[in-house]
This record gives sequence, C-alpha cells and structure tokens, in this order.
Amino acid sequence: MSWLKQTFTSSIGRKFAMALSALFLVIFLLQHFIINFTSVLSEKTFNEISHFMGTNVLVQFALQPVLIFGVIYHFVMGFVLEIKNRNARAIKYAMNKGSENSTWFSRNMIYSGFVIFLFLCLHFYDFWIPEISHKYIEVLPEDSTRYFGEMVEKFHDPLRVGLYALSFVFLSLHLMHGFQSAFQSVGARHSKYTPAIKKLGTLYAIIIPAGFIFIALYHHLTAL
Amino acid sequence: MSTANGLNLTLKVWRQKNDKVKGQMETYQVSDISPDSSFLEMMDILNEKLINDGGDPVAFDHDCREGICGSCSMYINGEAHGPGREITTCQLHMREFKNGETIYIEPWRAKAFPVIKDLVVDRGAFDRIMAAGGFVSVNTSGNTQDANAIPIPKADADKAFDAATCIGCGACVASCKNSSAMLFVSAKVSQFALLPQGKVEAKERVLNMVQQMDDEGFGNCSNTGACEVECPKGISLDNIARMNREYMSASFTADKK
Repeated sequence: MSWLKQTFTSSIGRKFAMALSALFLVIFLLQHFIINFTSVLSEKTFNEISHFMGTNVLVQFALQPVLIFGVIYHFVMGFVLEIKNRNARAIKYAMNKGSENSTWFSRNMIYSGFVIFLFLCLHFYDFWIPEISHKYIEVLPEDSTRYFGEMVEKFHDPLRVGLYALSFVFLSLHLMHGFQSAFQSVGARHSKYTPAIKKLGTLYAIIIPAGFIFIALYHHLTAL
Repeated sequence: MSTANGLNLTLKVWRQKNDKVKGQMETYQVSDISPDSSFLEMMDILNEKLINDGGDPVAFDHDCREGICGSCSMYINGEAHGPGREITTCQLHMREFKNGETIYIEPWRAKAFPVIKDLVVDRGAFDRIMAAGGFVSVNTSGNTQDANAIPIPKADADKAFDAATCIGCGACVASCKNSSAMLFVSAKVSQFALLPQGKVEAKERVLNMVQQMDDEGFGNCSNTGACEVECPKGISLDNIARMNREYMSASFTADKK
C-alpha cells in the first residue's frame, strides 16, 4: 500500500480529510449565503454575481469540480465512518447516558447529515440540474437577467419554503458540532484560540442557516 | 447487622459464561448496603450472597482499589465507572445511589474488548498498541545517560506528565459512541512526543501505534468529547489534537514507507 493511501485510509487520515472537506464546505456556504443575500438587497446585483458564477471558467471548471468532490467525499465518508463505528460495538449497552458526557449535536451528526443530504437532492433538483440543463444540454441562449426570477419562482410554493427552513434547522444542528470539530480534527487546538473557534462556530451555526431561512421567507412573502 | 440508612438495591448485571456464548442481563437484589461502602465492596457483598446461595459469583476485574491500576472496568447506569467525574469504579461510593434504585452494571462494550466472562473484558488490544511503539528505546550498555541531566521546559514536562497519568483503563473506549481508542493512544503518543527522549522515535511511534489501533478494530473519533468527560484521570482532548498533528506530519515526513 502506498504511503498516501495508507495515510488517508487510516482513522486519523480519514477524519483529517473529513475536516478539510468540512472546512471547504463552510467557506462555500458562507459565499453562497453572501451571494443569496444580495437578492434581498438588489435584483441587479444578484443577477450579475449569479451570471459571473455561472459562466466564469475558473468557477465552473476549477472550483465547481472541487465542490462536487468535497460534497460527495463528505457524504460518502460520513456514512462509511458511521457504518465502521457502529460495527466497532457489536453489542449495545442496555443503559447508556450519552447526554451526561456529550452534546446531542455531536452524537447525531449522521441524522442531521442525512437530512442535509435529502435537502441537497431537492436543492439540486430545483436549481443545479435545471442550470446544467440550461447551459450544457439544451444550450439555451445566455440571459444574464434570468437568475432572480428563477429563484423567486421556486419560493412561491409554501411547502418548499417549509422544507428549506426545516433543512436549515438541521444544518444548524450539524454545524453546532461540525464547525469546531473540524478544527480539532486537523489538530488546530490551543487554549489561546480554541474558545474563540467554539464561539465563532456557534455564531456561524446560528447566523448562516437563519439567514438562508430569512432569504427564502423574504422572497415567499414579498411575492404574495 | 441492619443499619438505619442501609440501601436496598436492584442490580441488573451482565452475565456471560465465556467469550463463546451469548450473555444476558440478570437481576439481583442486595439489601442493607452501607452508603459508605465502595461500589466494589457492594459487588463483593453480592458475590458472597451468590456463593452462599450456591450460585456463580459475578466475575469483575479489580486490583489496587485505590484508583491507580485501572482494572475495575464497569459501565454503571449508562456511564463508564458510573456517576461522578475523574474516578474509577473502586472510588465510586454507594452514597451516590438512592435507596430502592435499580443499577445497570455492564462490561465495556467494544469489539476490540471481547468479554472474557461477565464484566471482565480482554484489554490486550491496549497492550499490543503499546508494544507497537509506546516506549523509548534505551541503550542498556551500562553508561545510560541520566534522564534528569536533559533540560526539559516545565510546561512540556507538565503536559507529558498529565498525559502519562493515563492508566489504560479503557473508559474512553467504553464511553465513546464509536468505541474509539483515540484518547488512550493520544495520551501515550503525547507523553513521549513532548519529551526530548521520546522525540527521537516520535514519527515511527505515532505511525505504528495508530496502525495497530486501527488493526484492532476500534472505531473512529468524531470529537464528541465523551472520553475526556468520563476519563478517571482527566486526560485532555488536547492530546488527540496533538496526535492528529503528529500523525499527519509523520505520514508526510517519516522515512518509514
């Protein structure tokens, strides 16, 4: 086995890679939120940024593949590790008090992660697949002003807005543990900055999902 | 002699004849247990009763009974070493329980810690991890240098000592929802990696010990922190972060293939 394969199939290598993909997704989520938030402020700005993101070669063919790889790796490895971890304890305890020594968020990452996975399926069905189809399958003419309208149309449906809001609650629960856990996994832990990372993680886990819910509700309500 | 504040308890204890057969929870009653007795003394009283009744006493590990050896591995009422922090089972007292309470007593649960009998598990996996690198090779030629002659920063010495207080009891594995042994291994990696004597073999040590840990079938760490909370010696998660750094750095820089 090559040393690289040995490293990234070891327990520490896997969690290191999980953490790197998580940190990448945290950064991605922040930029996604900032771009979406411009839709509340200005239709024109939102369209301009969306058009840039959808047509820029670097974004489309360098960053997007990294993102897709990061998402797939994070999900697949999350489930692989969950199965391995469950197998590491053949017989469960008759009485187990996990709440005495750990947070609910940390013990239920697989469930919050699974809801996020279901949400991503819906989200890809709503936006990513039509976008890919528009550009590369149907090869429809470029229209730099279509993005805002397409997004607002999706948020007409109250059920969809509800599903999005619920998913973001689970995203928040996932981030409550995941944000600070990623830093621990890459070994970034010190009494000088770990308390700040934990606080930042909690703030991020509340503000970003709440912001996404606000954007969905805003467009739903203003279109009524 | 009956005492006014003696405890009457229902015990649900894991019974398993050997590693070949399936086990099950059995229910026992004990009465008039002194709140001042230790948990292990209560188990001794149960066993005397079982022997007097012609039954098979409950097998459990114990040795020093003063919180140093790490033998008394019991999962009590859903927690390693029962309620209370930074204690082993022998340091747990019956005053922590209420009269009439039902107490669940189970062995450490992990595939890497197979049950030998009742509450006794085989923790040989820890020994094999230690044998894979948990040592400092010393030239025993007769002119070995005195360790005290090597200057060591106080902060490093303190951190190494804190890590070395790990007694290898396995409560971290038992408490972890993934049965991960990261806290134990990281304490053993850290106690050497922080000292000049241990730095010489640090890269190979961490690679070999982690490899052995994985081969033994322990789960993966997901940073829940349960191990740190339940550890009788208060071993910090700082050690796991250090091991993560040591391992990744050694993977990319060690000569070992």
